[in-house]
Amino acid sequence: MSGQNEHAHHIVGPGVYVAILFALLIGTGLTVWASFLELGPWNPVIALAIATTKAVLVVLFFMHVKYSTKLTKLTVFAGIFMFLVLISMTLADYISRAWGSW
Amino acid sequence: MPDSHAITHDAENADSLREVHPPYLRHHFNSTEQQADTTNFAMWLFLLTEVMFFGGLFTAYLIYRNWYYPAFVAGSHQLNVIWGTLNTLVLICSSFTMAMGVWCAETRRRKGLVLCLSLTFVLGLGFLGIKTIEYSEKIEKHHVPGAHYSMQSFLDPASDPEIFKEYHDKPLMPDMARHTELYFSLYFLMTGMHALHMIIGIGILGFMIFRARAGAYTSGHVTFVENFGLYWHFVDIIWIYLFALLYLISRHQ
Repeated sequence: MSGQNEHAHHIVGPGVYVAILFALLIGTGLTVWASFLELGPWNPVIALAIATTKAVLVVLFFMHVKYSTKLTKLTVFAGIFMFLVLISMTLADYISRAWGSW
Repeated sequence: MPDSHAITHDAENADSLREVHPPYLRHHFNSTEQQADTTNFAMWLFLLTEVMFFGGLFTAYLIYRNWYYPAFVAGSHQLNVIWGTLNTLVLICSSFTMAMGVWCAETRRRKGLVLCLSLTFVLGLGFLGIKTIEYSEKIEKHHVPGAHYSMQSFLDPASDPEIFKEYHDKPLMPDMARHTELYFSLYFLMTGMHALHMIIGIGILGFMIFRARAGAYTSGHVTFVENFGLYWHFVDIIWIYLFALLYLISRHQ
């Protein structure tokens, strides 16, 4: 019983939200600016890295995962991990199946 | 521990009983915390099915982009990065107002909640308005996949002066140019599914504004607002990736 009450409902305040809002706005500016630079293979890497940073901020703070139960944390992590496994397996198949014939 | 209240029946404990058992606590839960944790867990399970749904589209994009790279670069040059950036800013602000709405509900500020939900509603409509402008540009240029699709801009880039003066794209061979239709299929499918999620969200927001005015979410039971917030932020995250993948990564070429 006591285990269920260890996480009293945590209220995230406006200060955190404003800070995250500015981080997201800066991230958007940064990614648009970076997209006009000639960085070769690093262009998509940087764009996705910034997008992922923004997404992590939204998940942790706007979606309260940082303050949520271990069950929720595990669920979110397991889901994203499973998604990455599926993408890797699909890509491994496409890369190896028709090797050199596309 | 918390179970001890179950065996107290005396009238003097009635007030504290009501406090422990608010009307929104379903009888199959031990406590409001347990009920909140359970619904939060369920909402995340739903969002994970959404991750898998959009994940399939992102994977298709990834594979076709690798196969028909020049067509995807030329196709993405047709997207307007200014509209795209503006829409990203609008959506991020709407996520912020939604988060503030959850805070207002938690701290029982009825007027603040109605204001935040209304701002989110308006920003959501703004996003769809900008998307409509972008879609109509594509319709005018016959870049909507189907019987009326035109490869003109890709076979002869100079015939599309607005885009040409910015990117100086080389003409594509007809074989590659026809794959731009694939790019636009994925563009319309992914942004269209995202827009559908926005439309559903805006519909629910309208319902919530109506209920919030009557004080529905500011008397302690905030689950609905909280879980809708999760949905809205999730839709925001999808757009963050769509913006990077569809608008940005071929911009420098």
